Amino acid sequence: MCMNSHSKKAGLLSVIFMGLGQLYNRQYIKGGFFALIELGYIIFLAPYTVNSIRGLVTLGSTPQKMVKGRIIQGDHSIFLMVFGIISLIVLFMFIVFYIINVRDAMRVGKNRDNGLDSNSVIISLRNLSEKGFPYILLTPAVVFTLFLTVVPLTFGVMIAFTNYSSPNHLPPRSLVDWVGFQNFINLFKLPSLGKTFAGVALWTISWAILSTLSTFLVGLVFAVIINANKIALKKFWRSIFILPWAVPGFISILVMRNMFNGQFGPINKYLTAIGMAPVPWLAEPMWARITCLLVNLWLGFPYYMAMMSGVLTGIPRDLYEAASIEGASAFQKFRKITLPLVLFATAPLVINGFAYNFNNFTLIYLLTSGNPTNNEYFYAGNTDILLSWLYKLTLEQNQFHMAAVVSIIVFVFIASISAFNYMNTKSFREEDMVQ
Amino acid sequence: MKTSDTQGQAGIAANADGTGIAPDAGSNVSPAPKRKKHIDIRGRIVRFFIYILLAVTAVTSIYPILWIVMSSLNPGNALYSSTLIPKRLTLVHYSELFIKRDFGLWYMNTLKIAVLTMLLSVVLVIITAYALSQFRFKGRRFSLMTMLILQAFPNFMSMIAIYLLLLQLNLLDSHYGLVLVYAGGAIPGGAWLVKGYFDGIPRSIPEAAKIDGASSATIFRKIMMPMSTPILTFVALSNFIAPWMDFIMARLVLRSAAKKTLAIGLYEMVSGRMNTEFTMFAAGAVMVAVPITVLFVFLQRFMIQGLAEGASKT
Repeated sequence: MCMNSHSKKAGLLSVIFMGLGQLYNRQYIKGGFFALIELGYIIFLAPYTVNSIRGLVTLGSTPQKMVKGRIIQGDHSIFLMVFGIISLIVLFMFIVFYIINVRDAMRVGKNRDNGLDSNSVIISLRNLSEKGFPYILLTPAVVFTLFLTVVPLTFGVMIAFTNYSSPNHLPPRSLVDWVGFQNFINLFKLPSLGKTFAGVALWTISWAILSTLSTFLVGLVFAVIINANKIALKKFWRSIFILPWAVPGFISILVMRNMFNGQFGPINKYLTAIGMAPVPWLAEPMWARITCLLVNLWLGFPYYMAMMSGVLTGIPRDLYEAASIEGASAFQKFRKITLPLVLFATAPLVINGFAYNFNNFTLIYLLTSGNPTNNEYFYAGNTDILLSWLYKLTLEQNQFHMAAVVSIIVFVFIASISAFNYMNTKSFREEDMVQ
Repeated sequence: MKTSDTQGQAGIAANADGTGIAPDAGSNVSPAPKRKKHIDIRGRIVRFFIYILLAVTAVTSIYPILWIVMSSLNPGNALYSSTLIPKRLTLVHYSELFIKRDFGLWYMNTLKIAVLTMLLSVVLVIITAYALSQFRFKGRRFSLMTMLILQAFPNFMSMIAIYLLLLQLNLLDSHYGLVLVYAGGAIPGGAWLVKGYFDGIPRSIPEAAKIDGASSATIFRKIMMPMSTPILTFVALSNFIAPWMDFIMARLVLRSAAKKTLAIGLYEMVSGRMNTEFTMFAAGAVMVAVPITVLFVFLQRFMIQGLAEGASKT
């Protein structure tokens, strides 16, 4: 291997210091640019990076102290963690730049080996703006996603491996430590936690299935009825049924919360008026769950009805005519033509609906707040779904470590469902055939 | 719901031959002329029950809405005193909203957040979707998968960290902080949607323009943007509506009374047990629901169209 080739020399120089290889290739402006990046990083960011990564590993060592009645601030473990993550990301971006720099030096060097000239700044810039255009377009989205999603989520995952919780490990008063997989073990081993998790998870899944199925079926029934040719006033019915979907969800849920109010709500008032016993809509565990499903049905069936009406109008009429000629009965036509086509078209919507209801925090929290409370549960009520339990653990009880563990489990579950769903869509499978 | 289901089944059986919207109903009955009379009687009974079902459902759909409107016009204050047909109507609760509460301020706050969120997220979503749809570059598939997975994370997981980040950036209790959070959250889902739409535009059009010497930026501005007005309207409106409904993030980010949004204000009015301000809440709810519902009905056309197209691709 001779060291004479421009490619290797330029590459090696760029490994030693960013931009050196470019200078060697007589691309002074580009080289200067790369060198400035490395200088900037070393001078301004490197000391900070080292410190914050150390902080991320130790999570702080000096707790807050009281000296002569005055508070001396100690380390804030959570801040250390967040800034550690950000520093890691910045370091990662720097490394990416470094690799780009080395590869660029080698590529230009190779061109020179082949007897070509190094590009001038203007040509390089033009190349960059054409080839790099998609990257430039993506930059804002990447920055937003990094800071508002990736950093927070990494943080959330890390919390699951610490003891960040009230009352003993709450900064700035005290420090937080890494505890490994202890929280995961506790979730299944500690009786109160394990019971809550199992109970809440079971209800969450049944809730997601029942609420999706009920809205889907009722939506289907009404779509078929309204689209049937002997039904008059189609437009009238459709516009009325769409109303529950159109009113802002949080308002209708709050309204329902009051309608189902056991003492003062109008529903129980009517029931008493016609001589029936009032129903504990929100007070009894079983009834509260039924109320959730009923309210969700009210809110959700118009969506499926509207979607399926769209599908039904799209089914070619000659299919039905052909079936009639063959002597198919109305019910056979429904089962063999309508149903399969509707199911086929709406299957992804149903899976999405399941994932949506699984995480339908708004409905549960605004309608019942997870109540009635269950004394055997760890800060959870009978109608709490995993997400509303998470909310309580985080914002009301400061049990951040357990909340993080539960959210990881929720995430794995939901992410696999939605990834499965998207990968099964034709648009994704044909993704690279668009050309 | 048991009864409605069985009735619905009967309805399907009797009417499925018309599901494809067949205006000339007569042709459906023709294959069996001898049984025509019998079918008609049975069909009439079935239709009678179907109309009853439709009417009951219509009442159920309208009742809560009617009830809240009437409650807002009720003279009393509390939940127990509000009736569907009040003895006299009053608008006093609407004026109370502005006198006793800062309803006007909440409204302006929400409007400001909604407009800014809409603008920012539309810009971010469009350029992201455009890059992902029209270019083939390294890391594209990876970006698509990442976006898909990221939107599956429960947002509470990020709440603590977002709170700390905003605290450090001095954006806590600021509307701009909230706008950033909303817009950031709108990117993954929105970009997927718009990308699908861009994919549907025949590639020959931008390619022809490229041959004629148009730059990527020109193609974007002069061809892609005008051709995708419907989907852009959809993204804009849905991001405009979201801040009116959300109260979780708003509650996390906004701390002081002066920064409150409508959703927080309304929730606080009825979260108590006795609901002694129920009629005032009703008035506020009506004032929020009316403009949003109108927007939504307008939006719904795009939504059904878009989702139907998405569904037909599967």
